[in-house]
Amino acid sequence: MSEGTVDPMAPALFSYALRLGDDALILSQRLSEWASRAPEIEEDIALTNIALDLLGQARALLDYAAVIEGHQRDEDDLAYLRTERDFCNVHLVEQENGDFAHTIARQLFFSTYQLFLYEELISSTDELLAGVAAKGVKEAAYHHDHALQWTVRLGDGTEDSRRRMQAAVDRLWPFTAELFDADEVEKELAVHGIAVDPSNLRARWERAIHDALASATLTVPSTLWTSHGGRRGVHTECFGYLLAEMQYLHRLHPGASW
Amino acid sequence: MNEIVEPPPPQKLAGPPPPQRLAGPPLWEVFIRGRRGLSHVHAGSLHAPDAEMALRNARDVYTRRGEGVSIWVVPSVAICASSPDEKDPFFAPAADKVYRHPTFYTLPEEVRQM
Repeated sequence: MSEGTVDPMAPALFSYALRLGDDALILSQRLSEWASRAPEIEEDIALTNIALDLLGQARALLDYAAVIEGHQRDEDDLAYLRTERDFCNVHLVEQENGDFAHTIARQLFFSTYQLFLYEELISSTDELLAGVAAKGVKEAAYHHDHALQWTVRLGDGTEDSRRRMQAAVDRLWPFTAELFDADEVEKELAVHGIAVDPSNLRARWERAIHDALASATLTVPSTLWTSHGGRRGVHTECFGYLLAEMQYLHRLHPGASW
Repeated sequence: MNEIVEPPPPQKLAGPPPPQRLAGPPLWEVFIRGRRGLSHVHAGSLHAPDAEMALRNARDVYTRRGEGVSIWVVPSVAICASSPDEKDPFFAPAADKVYRHPTFYTLPEEVRQM
């Protein structure tokens, strides 16, 4: 793109990079809350490893969004100086950790979606998005495997673990529909081969999740209500608290580093 | 007659009884092959409920910095170890058999893994 011309695709591309980046950033923040609190030290390291993978993806995507925007903001400005309404992550990733089963259910739902998304995004005509996907797909495959292993062990485990895992699946189920919402941003970019239309991922995701729940002897919830609005900056109640914790250091000591 | 009354046991603060500490998951020994051509080397141990999870935990705990291309996990209970008391009968007889050591010829610089 030569100087002085504005890419007509830029606003949509900015939004798209931002929403993928926000999903990764906010889930990373949630998972890092487990540091020093996980049931076993091995699991502590596993969950924070996954958090770090997601943080790496978020950095690449937010950095790219900042470049496309061209307003002299950088990845840190986007992560630490936006307010709640400017974040466009899905509701699923901001949901509280709950007990270990809730964290695993959230991981199962999201990593399955992200794995399928990245598998298709690898062939994006946008070089940077394709690159993030190529690196991220191996990470997502591991996150998916980790969540799947635990889902089966908790679901097909003791009476208590099964009850908790089913409760977690039921509680988080209404937040999964939003993963597959496609608005003008995705539709416009998908036409040009830049973005993946998430509605196309739904059937495959449902098959995978139904299989996972079946092998964990769990029941697919029949809840009808679904939660939407994250992509438009409308969030659930717990999100403000997450942002306060994530952003306070940067806001108190702007540009702090060590 | 006055009986000596034992003082009552200290009252626990109100609240649910502490959860029973379950026996933790079993211990596994982890062996990692650094790269092709080397043998698996003991890296440490960890807890996991079964072999599949032990492999995954080993990946997270011991290969975070690209240390390995292959992992073995073995239940710690399956390891039969020599006892420190048997150190002499086991190892001392080797000490005076210098001819067993390849010290009578020089190795070329290029041979690193001997």
